[in-house]
Amino acid sequence: MFRNITIGQYVPGDSVVHKLDPRIKIIITFIFIIAIFFINKLSGYLFAVFYLWLIIAISKIPFSYILKGLRPVIVILLLTVSLNIFFTPGGTILYTVGPLRITTGGLRLALFMGLRLIFLIIGTSLLTLTTSPISLTDGIEHILKPFSSIGVPAHELAMMMTIALRFIPTLIEEAEKIMKAQMARGADFESGNIVKRAKGLVPLLVPLFISAFRRADELAIAMESRCYKGGQNRTRMKQLKTQPRDYAALAVTLIIVMLIVWNRSWTW
Amino acid sequence: MPIKVENVNFIYNEGTPYATVALENITFEIQDEEFVGIIGHTGSGKSTLIQHLNGLLKPTSGKIYINGIDITDKKVNLKEIRKQVGLVFQYPEYQLFEETVFKDIAFGPTNLGLNEEEIKKRVYEAMDIVGINRELADKSPFEISGGQKRRIAIAGILAMKPKILILDEPTAGLDPKGKEEILNRIKEIHDKYKMITILVSHSMEEIARFANKIIVMNKGRIELMGTPREVFSEAEMLEKIGLGVPQITSLARELRQRGIPIPQDVLTIEEAKEHIVRYLRGTKNV
Ligand SMILES: Nc1ncnc2c1ncn2[C@@H]1O[C@H](COP(=O)(O)OP(=O)(O)OP(=O)(O)O)[C@@H](O)[C@H]1O
Ligand SMILES: [Mg+2]
Repeated sequence: MFRNITIGQYVPGDSVVHKLDPRIKIIITFIFIIAIFFINKLSGYLFAVFYLWLIIAISKIPFSYILKGLRPVIVILLLTVSLNIFFTPGGTILYTVGPLRITTGGLRLALFMGLRLIFLIIGTSLLTLTTSPISLTDGIEHILKPFSSIGVPAHELAMMMTIALRFIPTLIEEAEKIMKAQMARGADFESGNIVKRAKGLVPLLVPLFISAFRRADELAIAMESRCYKGGQNRTRMKQLKTQPRDYAALAVTLIIVMLIVWNRSWTW
Repeated sequence: MPIKVENVNFIYNEGTPYATVALENITFEIQDEEFVGIIGHTGSGKSTLIQHLNGLLKPTSGKIYINGIDITDKKVNLKEIRKQVGLVFQYPEYQLFEETVFKDIAFGPTNLGLNEEEIKKRVYEAMDIVGINRELADKSPFEISGGQKRRIAIAGILAMKPKILILDEPTAGLDPKGKEEILNRIKEIHDKYKMITILVSHSMEEIARFANKIIVMNKGRIELMGTPREVFSEAEMLEKIGLGVPQITSLARELRQRGIPIPQDVLTIEEAKEHIVRYLRGTKNV
């Protein structure tokens, strides 16, 4: 039941997209997300679609996987769209239901908001689908490093993320195991009203927290006994080096961004 | 409540890049009152298999019948099945969550909707069976020893009075004395209530002592199945899949190879002693 969540899940592969420098990939993703907000006409999304299609085709990530990533956020998506439909003033009124009215302006905004969200999620999930958590945090650490002089704890943040990412699958596995064990004792996680369901979570959460704390404790001891001490002057096994393909990827992204900006002045 | 498993296949995370075939073409039957041992290497699919027997996992293909009821059917009442098939997980002490030992053991019976009288009776009964002093009933399950925790977890299942008892490596991580105690309790429970008992284990000794049928798993398949004698006579095959036979059987085999006539399917120390003594007497008389 928890395994359907694909956001943040890595699909191993050896495509060019997988091999890109994580720093470049993170920066590219940011550029793309910002570009999405510059789109002001439907035709602008054609460029975004083309760009994402290109990445998906090269990386060979199954499309069904990307769709699955959208599933958990479907509620948020529907909520955003319907809020925008009903509560945006402007444009001509198409339909009135009590105090709510649907306007052309509302429909337009809802459509744009929905599309933006979808592209945003697909864009970021492509980043995590093609980048292993380790290189992702490596990339983040490098990007944040220049800010450490103004007090951003780059290494610590990266380490925290690495640990969190490392333990998410473990915790999910553990939660599943405990759930099954309690179901074998007749526990019911699926029926009843909200109060009953919330109460029903106790047999899952108590053991889960206990084991999470135990794991944290063990990890801390293991790290300390190996003399782990912060980020100063640590060397790394894998040095990040930008390659021609990284510049190529950056160039393609910038071209798409320029096209999107240019698209703003189109008439349709 | 006989169990019948027919051509069961199971794949974890089917249709994703992480798909793992965990069970392949599993077929077997277990009759009433049997004591079955399941043995196999780490990752051979033992835990996966037993989770199918109370409907926690649904086979990718194949059928499972408990007392003639197809539990792979969508309409089957799983709660009813889980009432009949008690499953004690690997390291069950990690599922304890209540404030007191009593409440934790009562969790199962409460979910069955029994009345307070009956629950109380069953909890104390279960505590007696696993050998937990009734005085511990009001203690927190987190402040007692590991071996006791394990027993409380087993009691939690016993209090549901299942017709089939399945235990996944109940002795894992216990000291020799703790192991011995748990095993003896399980044997006693089986002798007394005659419920089908399925014991998953890594240890040939444990299984050889109690089981009347052994299922040997290897890489998701049943490699061997039969009485302990039948299974342990396949010593080479067992060694090939990294399991080996009980030490005493292995000793008997060595002796045989050196020309001492001991049957190669000796299972217990008693039996071996008898044969060796008989042999020694024989040589002396000549
Ligand atoms: N929840 C899960 N998700 C994905 N794969 C799993 C899961 N549980 C088990 N597996 C895989 O299925 C296979 C069989 O695992 P299983 O736990 O049934 O083995 P086992 O015989 O019980 O091993 P052990 O002796 O270590 O308990 C293994 O390859 C394992 O990696
Ligand atoms: Mg197991």
